[in-house]
Amino acid sequence: MEMQHAQVLEPQPTGMKDPVVRSLIRVFWILLCVTIIEVSFAFLHYFTDFPPRMLLNAIFIGLTVVKAFFIVAEFMHLKHELKNLVFSILVPLLFITWAITAFLSDGSSWNQMRKNTPEIEHTTPWRTVTHEHR
Amino acid sequence: MDTAVKLKKNWWGGGQSPYNISYGKLMMWFFLLSDTFTFSALLISYGSTRFSVPYWPDANYVFNKFFFVKGNLPLLSVSLMTFILIMSSVTMVLAVHAGHQKRQKEVAKWLSLTIVGGLMFLGCQAFEWTDLITEKGITVNHNMLGPLVHGHATAGPAAFGAFFFLITGFHGCHVLSGVIINIIILINVLKGTYEKRGHYEMVEKVGLYWHFVDLVWVYVFTCFYLL
Repeated sequence: MEMQHAQVLEPQPTGMKDPVVRSLIRVFWILLCVTIIEVSFAFLHYFTDFPPRMLLNAIFIGLTVVKAFFIVAEFMHLKHELKNLVFSILVPLLFITWAITAFLSDGSSWNQMRKNTPEIEHTTPWRTVTHEHR
Repeated sequence: MDTAVKLKKNWWGGGQSPYNISYGKLMMWFFLLSDTFTFSALLISYGSTRFSVPYWPDANYVFNKFFFVKGNLPLLSVSLMTFILIMSSVTMVLAVHAGHQKRQKEVAKWLSLTIVGGLMFLGCQAFEWTDLITEKGITVNHNMLGPLVHGHATAGPAAFGAFFFLITGFHGCHVLSGVIINIIILINVLKGTYEKRGHYEMVEKVGLYWHFVDLVWVYVFTCFYLL
């Protein structure tokens, strides 16, 4: 009976003392910073036209993949699961990435194939229309 | 003398599950994978249509209203929506963690905050839709977001409204169903169903669904507003 009382259970740490909670909050800050960086690049391009559109899109897609990685690996806990599950999820996603690439380039090639593309200044902003069309 | 040699586990040889998670959780993962295919199909069709036409409305000019503030504030409201959803994902994962520690009150607290976050997101989305439909007159097959010709706005690509409302609406339905499911699970947490059951795995499963909803929004946000 003495042995039962000799063992004192350590209370589980809560809040920020819990190492798991600290790592999750760290992931949150990473996601927030990446989103702010993305929006800052968008504003930078909006006001100064730098970086060029192609590079900007590559930055957006790259940063979105980074965000997706953190959400899936840490929040959805996939990084800590068995390799079988990780591959069962990741391999189809790689195929989808290929599908995205293939269809976007398909779309661009359709654009090239158009014969009667009108002269449009792509930077022409659309302005607020009064409700004449109603 | 087989015991001296450590055999590599034959996961795919039959006789046992190759995954060491429960059936319910595995099925949730597979469902999320299938939903990923659906959303990918929608976003891919949006992408290939958008790249194939000579003109597409500029997101910085279409999505420039921030709640009741006057003036041109591009992308601000949608950045707020992204932040709200990421925050709700954080509260959700904290609820799952509290479930592992079997702290009933804490699970209920974080789950309630997740539900509040989801409802805030839906409110913001409703505001965006209202602004686009009433102020800018965008419908599913007509909008006046075309290029200026001699100073007059012309009709923009009809697909813009269709894609925007379909994809954000489909995602919004996922958020709504996620909120409803979270409410049901919250009621069960408060009733003590999972205490009796001995584990909070149901909270984990709805947590996976909620993170998926957040993930899809991250991609929709990138495709519609950034690219």
